[in-house]
Amino acid sequence: MNDRVVNVILAGLGGQGVLKASEIVSTVAFRAGLDVKQSELHGMSQRGGSVSSDIRFGREIFSPMVPPGEADFLVVVAPDQVEVHRHQLRPCGVLITPDAVDATKLASRRSSNVALLGVLSHHLDFPEEAWLEAIRAAFAEKLHAANLQAFALGRASR
Amino acid sequence: MNVSDRMLLSGDEAVARAALDAGVALGTGYPGTPATEILEHFSEIGGRAKWAPNEKVALEVALGVAFAGARAIAVMKHVGLNVAADPLFTSTYTGVTGALVVMSGDDPGIASSQNEQDSRHYAVAAGIPMLEPADSQEAYDLTLRAIEISERWNIPVLLRMTTRVCHSRTVVRRRAGVTAAPAPHFERDIRGRVMIPAYARTAHRKLRRKLAEIQAWNESCSLNRVEAGEPALGIIASGVSYMHVREVAPRASVLKLAFTYPLPVEKIRAFASGVERCLVVEEGDPYLAEAIRGAGVDVQSKAEMFRFGELDADRVARIIAGDTSPEPPAVPGKPPQLCAGCSHRYVFEAFRKLDCIVAGDIGCYTLGVLPPLEAVDACVCMGASIGVGLGLRHVLPPQQARRVVSVIGDGTFVHSGITGLVEMTYNPPPTGHVVVILDNATTAMTGHQENPSTGRTLEHDPTGKLSFEELARALGIADVVVCDPALDKAGFERVLGECLANGRINLIIARHPCLLIAGTLREYERAAMQCCEALAEDP
Repeated sequence: MNDRVVNVILAGLGGQGVLKASEIVSTVAFRAGLDVKQSELHGMSQRGGSVSSDIRFGREIFSPMVPPGEADFLVVVAPDQVEVHRHQLRPCGVLITPDAVDATKLASRRSSNVALLGVLSHHLDFPEEAWLEAIRAAFAEKLHAANLQAFALGRASR
Repeated sequence: MNVSDRMLLSGDEAVARAALDAGVALGTGYPGTPATEILEHFSEIGGRAKWAPNEKVALEVALGVAFAGARAIAVMKHVGLNVAADPLFTSTYTGVTGALVVMSGDDPGIASSQNEQDSRHYAVAAGIPMLEPADSQEAYDLTLRAIEISERWNIPVLLRMTTRVCHSRTVVRRRAGVTAAPAPHFERDIRGRVMIPAYARTAHRKLRRKLAEIQAWNESCSLNRVEAGEPALGIIASGVSYMHVREVAPRASVLKLAFTYPLPVEKIRAFASGVERCLVVEEGDPYLAEAIRGAGVDVQSKAEMFRFGELDADRVARIIAGDTSPEPPAVPGKPPQLCAGCSHRYVFEAFRKLDCIVAGDIGCYTLGVLPPLEAVDACVCMGASIGVGLGLRHVLPPQQARRVVSVIGDGTFVHSGITGLVEMTYNPPPTGHVVVILDNATTAMTGHQENPSTGRTLEHDPTGKLSFEELARALGIADVVVCDPALDKAGFERVLGECLANGRINLIIARHPCLLIAGTLREYERAAMQCCEALAEDP
């Protein structure tokens, strides 16, 4: 990883695991020894409203918020939230939507957040084991199988 | 320092971690976004934490802890500081023997609040030293420093944070060498702690002397640092605004302030005189800019349009450029709503059906204001539903007055509704009144915290339980009806209709557990039953 700051935005609706997914991404970057800032606004999120989380990592991060129009990756778990966030993406940034993964193949429909992280993981320079470790750390043991399957599905779909 | 000392923590978690590392004897507070997680995390990692009925009580309990020579932290959101303002203003007179940190979480941009107040004004008004962290590391460090300052000058310290700092996760390294917490002990200090006028006059002068000393100390304090850059532009910033400044103006000279009351005026003057253009970048009210100008230092400040909402890198770039052209409108997201099947929905449907004028309150049920329900006519602050409803009843023409109801949740009722209920029995309006308590057995909006009416502590262990029915009857309210609006929708409507018509003062308790934690509630109850049985068997 060079000096460049990587900006990721995860978005969706309350209850879709946006904050859980962003915890996983930031944990992976943190354990790689990078400076990390992850920022979200919650409070109303549990009531089904829009939720988004900014994750920035690199050698040194200042603002915890991705500056408008500077997201390198925009991962959106709810299809109807794409247009809400599209303007945050860089002109050459990568948009990852639920279409990226065949949802019918998910062991649990609730794991689409982690499946999209599988897709994101392709584009980032972290070893696969680091992702798996962060996923295991983020969920109770009974949820490991479904989430690891979702991650593998996302990672295999390119 | 080993590797495990490097952690990724939210600002809230960092405050809790520092409180634990400093041996804080008790953390008190009331849930409120963005500060709720501090006490939850403090308890989780082994600290002793308690939810109080409201912020005023929380601060009073914390003050008692600090009178006993121990370290205390009281945690609340910005509007909670208003509730706690009464003890706050006199706690600076009495001072403390141990340490007292008052944490207030401001909400610029109003992510989840009823106003956008800038609590920094409280520091000036109450004469309480104030620290403002910019990220989680500073939240950790400044909590420790707040304790040191509090103990050194025997004064409470305000730790003022914002939603962005509370809820952002950033890297934190713990500090070694925190001084051990003193053992609690009582020493009598009648003149110092009993604020009758004669002693309070002396205490006020003493406070001002302390603040003058602290200001002098702050002039050379390392918490405010100059980051040298090009002299063409010098920026004074505090809190998360500093981070945005570093993002967009990497070459500027920066005076980063963390100890923002009493301000290090001479340090600021020296910085300003060393740069060609000196600009203050701050979120919310122009607190720093006005204080600095008041001290006779000529600085520029942001345009009025940036008083509103959070700052971000783009807005800070605009402030620096003096760009006041209209900002692009925010793309609307999906607003939150009452959960499908939530029992509150049935209550608001009944209000609509009976054409009620609804004095509402703070909680999930405030969402009853949004389409399609649109069944809330006022929402001001915690507990206001009852007073506002009574006021409407007192003066509206009878045919309108009879349609007024006050609706309030269980947690909010305990927080600030009890005195409203007393007002209803003391000064009943000519048409009577109807108060509806929505009792869903939890403080749902902030993430399902316990409160005195759930009968469980912060850790969900059984404790004394406040009964709304018995309280109301003790206050002299004869008409108390308990019903379940989800299981018996028609029954609730009938009861509401009868209460509106009877011209007396009525309390309806609409009781149905929050759907989101119904299973968890059953587990708590099962555990409590087992606990009771075990006690019964063990004489």
